[in-house]
Amino acid sequence: MTTALFVSQLLNGLQLGVILFLVAAGLTLVFGVMDFINLAHGVQYMLGAYLVAVLTAWTGSFAAGLLLGLVGALVLGFVLEVLVFRHLTRRDHLEQVLGTFGVILIVTELVRILFGSAPLAFPTPAVFAGSVTLLPGLNYPVWRLVILVVGLAVAVLLWYLVNRTRLGMLVRAGSTHPETVSALGVDIDRLFLVVFAFGAMLAGLAGAMAGPLVSVEPTMGDRILIVAFVVVVIGGIGSIKGAFVSALVVGLVDTLGRAFAPDLLKVLVGKSAAAAAGPALSSMLIYLLMAVVLSVRPSGLFGGRSA
Amino acid sequence: MPPAMPSVPNRILLAAAVALLPGATVLPASAVADPLKIGFVSTLSGPSAPLGVHMRDGFQLAVKELGGKLGGQPVEVIVVDDELKPDVAVTKVRALLDRDKVDLVAGVVFSNVMMAIQKPVLESETFLISGNAGPSPLAGKGCSPFFFSASYQNDQNHEVMGKYAQDKGYKRVVLMTPNYQAGKDSMAGFKRHFKGEVVEEIFTQLGQLDFSAELAKIAAANPDALFTFMPGGMGVNLTKQFAQAGLAGKVPFLSAFTVDETTLPATQDAAVGLLSGAEWAPSIDTPENKAFVAAYEKEYGVVPSLYAAQGYDAAKLIDGALRQAGGKVSDKQAFRKALAAAPFKSVRGTFAFNTNGFPIQDFYVVKAVKRPDGKFATAVETKVFEKAKDAYAGDCKLK
Repeated sequence: MTTALFVSQLLNGLQLGVILFLVAAGLTLVFGVMDFINLAHGVQYMLGAYLVAVLTAWTGSFAAGLLLGLVGALVLGFVLEVLVFRHLTRRDHLEQVLGTFGVILIVTELVRILFGSAPLAFPTPAVFAGSVTLLPGLNYPVWRLVILVVGLAVAVLLWYLVNRTRLGMLVRAGSTHPETVSALGVDIDRLFLVVFAFGAMLAGLAGAMAGPLVSVEPTMGDRILIVAFVVVVIGGIGSIKGAFVSALVVGLVDTLGRAFAPDLLKVLVGKSAAAAAGPALSSMLIYLLMAVVLSVRPSGLFGGRSA
Repeated sequence: MPPAMPSVPNRILLAAAVALLPGATVLPASAVADPLKIGFVSTLSGPSAPLGVHMRDGFQLAVKELGGKLGGQPVEVIVVDDELKPDVAVTKVRALLDRDKVDLVAGVVFSNVMMAIQKPVLESETFLISGNAGPSPLAGKGCSPFFFSASYQNDQNHEVMGKYAQDKGYKRVVLMTPNYQAGKDSMAGFKRHFKGEVVEEIFTQLGQLDFSAELAKIAAANPDALFTFMPGGMGVNLTKQFAQAGLAGKVPFLSAFTVDETTLPATQDAAVGLLSGAEWAPSIDTPENKAFVAAYEKEYGVVPSLYAAQGYDAAKLIDGALRQAGGKVSDKQAFRKALAAAPFKSVRGTFAFNTNGFPIQDFYVVKAVKRPDGKFATAVETKVFEKAKDAYAGDCKLK
């Protein structure tokens, strides 16, 4: 194995991690701050990809499409909160699961009626198309580098918002002591509304970033949601820092597992056994990781409060 | 309250129950007393729905062109969604057989669904016309006099690419498929005619989103060609990422069921130049095919895929056989004989049935192109097999 291959696999892992972080950040924010299980988060990711794809085609500019799409995702977040989620926040988790699952079915079907079940075109923005040579023998797709940069920027922004602003302070306080915060005159419902819509926008951003890489179709959010939950649980529910670290770890474990586990097994157990076990093992790795983390730290890496 | 009048909640329940009756959309509602009933099974929900939609639309287009009739008989096509779940498919197919008393069952995109429903259908001696799935058991030992395929046997499109790679003189090839039965069958089909070195067999997760790790491996192995089978959304993901990684144009991309008109609207320029094995393409130059492609595009606004062509051919096959059998399915011997003669003009050109009910037909390597009108389609690059029979027909005892 060459250095170039290893470096490129590391970058692949980090970049997958960053995409997962973008999805998981909104999820953990809503989950931790509002104690609200939002299965429809994947749908918001899908809506983000659709909005940006359609608006980019309509305006003819990716920048304009992205901007309008994010505003659209934010607005849809507001609408969903007011129409549905507001009525579920004070209920138990099972009812939240049922309610948000219903939202998945309805929104997915609406998108299918509007756009059909065929995947939508979402080409890579022309300026970011193709690949660049980072090292001799290492060509890396420009769009994946863009995702890395955007993801890291969002991480810094979120850290600043949560730890260094008044809104962030209220969010942190509201998550642990909602009664006290509202007794002090803060409108906790409005706070939740803002957090929720912001989370929806983050999911939309993740969808827009993933759009040029993956098939944009009505059910695209379902698969990513499962992995996003794994990230949230490993990181510790409600912790942005946890989501970030855990997303990178999951991205690296998954990618390096797919890249090297089959070869490693070949050395360890022989070629025929490795051929059978390798692919199965590499697809299980992140769940094994979750099991190990939970057995050592039942509330996740950064669980038990701290945002 | 009179007993005949259910209370309000009951009425709501009743309405809900009616609404939830096993999903059935009834097409050409013909006023004639006893129309011929065809149960059409397709995958219409979930990520693989575009395939099923194409197959259904192709079938319906033919019925529409024939004035809502097949073989001069008014037909009622009952479309059911198998949801790509074998158990759901079996329940719905039993309802088609027992409740709706269909005369024929047609359609079926996926082989696991086909293997689940073939038993109840064929055991009741109802004719089953496949619009896509062609699993090997039905072509070989488990062949049935009531089964006919308007598509191909599953191995064949993979064999086409293996033969092509061999003919091209490729020495080192990487194979990549999802880690499930069809993926393994695909690799086996490819290797049937390819005698060069398989540098690496990569098995991915079913439904995989990110192929960066695999693409980096392929770039490092620098093979003469990549062969892959990534149906549906996986194919879209792979095609986009293959282009972004700068591999398009460097490593020949050979595929089956990965690059076709169901995925091209999404992948567009990223797919141009990629190769695929198929028994049909919109570019096949026959009057029937030209008329079909034009009519399909006019009706549905998209370029038809091989699934659409097979659906269309399935309806035309039934139409021709009914004409020959005097409009009746009830005389099973006569109807089987009529079907076996394949009395229709396939959009593929040459088309005949082997003894196992699978077609004897030509296979091509097709290439994704951008047409002058800006739409994307596949076009025949070269013919690989002429009047090909599948590898399992020898195991079938039917004459």
